[in-house]
Amino acid sequence: MLQRIRVFFESRNVLEVETPLLSHASSTDTQLEFFSSLYETPPHSQQLFLQTSPEFAMKRLLAADSGSIFQICKAFRNGETGCFHNPEFTILEWYRVDFDLAQLMDEIEALFDDLFDGKLNPPQRISYQTIFEQFTGLNALIFSLEDYSEFAKQSNLPDAITICGESHALWLDFLFSFCVQPNLGKNALCLVFDYPACQSSLARLNAENSLITERVEVFLNGIELGNGFYELTDAAEQNRRFDAEIQTRKTKLLPVATKDERLIAALEFGLPDCSGIALGLDRILMIVANLPKIADVLSFEFSRA
Amino acid sequence: MAVYSTSEFRSGLKIMLDNDPCAIIENEFVKPGKGQAFNRVKIRNLKSGRVIERTFKSGETLDGADVVDIEMQYLYNDGDYRHFMDQNTFEQYQADAKVVGDAGLWLKDQDMCTVTLWNDAPLAITPGNFVELEIVETDPGVRGDTSGGGGKPAKLSTGAVVRVPLFVAQNEIIKVDTRTGEYISRVKE
Repeated sequence: MLQRIRVFFESRNVLEVETPLLSHASSTDTQLEFFSSLYETPPHSQQLFLQTSPEFAMKRLLAADSGSIFQICKAFRNGETGCFHNPEFTILEWYRVDFDLAQLMDEIEALFDDLFDGKLNPPQRISYQTIFEQFTGLNALIFSLEDYSEFAKQSNLPDAITICGESHALWLDFLFSFCVQPNLGKNALCLVFDYPACQSSLARLNAENSLITERVEVFLNGIELGNGFYELTDAAEQNRRFDAEIQTRKTKLLPVATKDERLIAALEFGLPDCSGIALGLDRILMIVANLPKIADVLSFEFSRA
Repeated sequence: MAVYSTSEFRSGLKIMLDNDPCAIIENEFVKPGKGQAFNRVKIRNLKSGRVIERTFKSGETLDGADVVDIEMQYLYNDGDYRHFMDQNTFEQYQADAKVVGDAGLWLKDQDMCTVTLWNDAPLAITPGNFVELEIVETDPGVRGDTSGGGGKPAKLSTGAVVRVPLFVAQNEIIKVDTRTGEYISRVKE
């Protein structure tokens, strides 16, 4: 599979790169926990972080005029173990200069067609709002506590009401995870785009509709495989989002994150217009090999590592 | 008592939920790449035996439940309570009909069974998978019948009624699977 991916990108003139796994800055994402480590030069020591994805380093290369690039590497996420999660896993991440989200989706479909020997059913592209309404009858962009709570009760998921409270973003995570995602992509690629703005992360907001964001998620057989953006290039906006996340981490008493000033500097210098995506290769291998657990495709999963 | 977080929920872990002792059956970690992590957990209420599904935000905690399974010998029934003895400590425990439940149909004096204790009081009784009991009442079999026939009801010394082949007679001892309530075989004395 790795060989095929490399041939795929070579034929499209996308350069393979390698960036550090260990960095002086961490992700500030409030939903991702990082591993930290100490670099010892007695009597001093410096805290370093294992990457949760190669995104920041790759964007710095893009800002330095690398052109389109891809990378296959390890990423680390603390506290994530389960049927589809291993704290150390393999990511395929790539960025396409001058691609918008639609062009990126074309390329994702082409890659999967290649990896699955054309044996998947035709891919589906659908907006978050449409698919959310199809399975829940709810409007994903406009939050109504009353409607959302009523749906949760009817769907035998009353815990949602206590867990999610008045947080629109939490409600969307909950209902999408349990009521929508399991139905997506029956032996076919399902690309969900136009995510609600409260789920924007590092994507741009849509130029015409500020309620939605230029983000795409990839699903196959109800499993989430990856997440892509039409990348945010506005350094000031990125800086604001970092600060907001660092603040949220403080109020939630999460481990303190170190802002990547070098990424901000790179964005200030100028990130070209580009779209990028990260895919979980272990999960793709699970589906190719028709195996039920991520542990089945790892030499030694976390508990035996 | 210990406190357990969602990441420590394993099959068999005993926890307190809504003031009842429960056992975790299954724990599924659900997390969108860019979103909140949840744990979807299948739980058996050890008091009622009912299985429910609950969702937790990852990182939430529950108190552990002081629940242990101990092999004990069933001693006797005094009418209100059944009495059991831990053969290691010689400690005796009594359980009322509500706790004993259907297990009572399979308990013969001196037999071993599993007593589940919660805070040192019996919570549930599980008989051995197979028990050997005497038939106290059944219609006489018809000569020439084989085990292929439809069978007939037979009442056992404990009060349980099971279907047995036609050739099995009163006062015989039979082996029964307590999980299904099915006849297995006759037992030679």
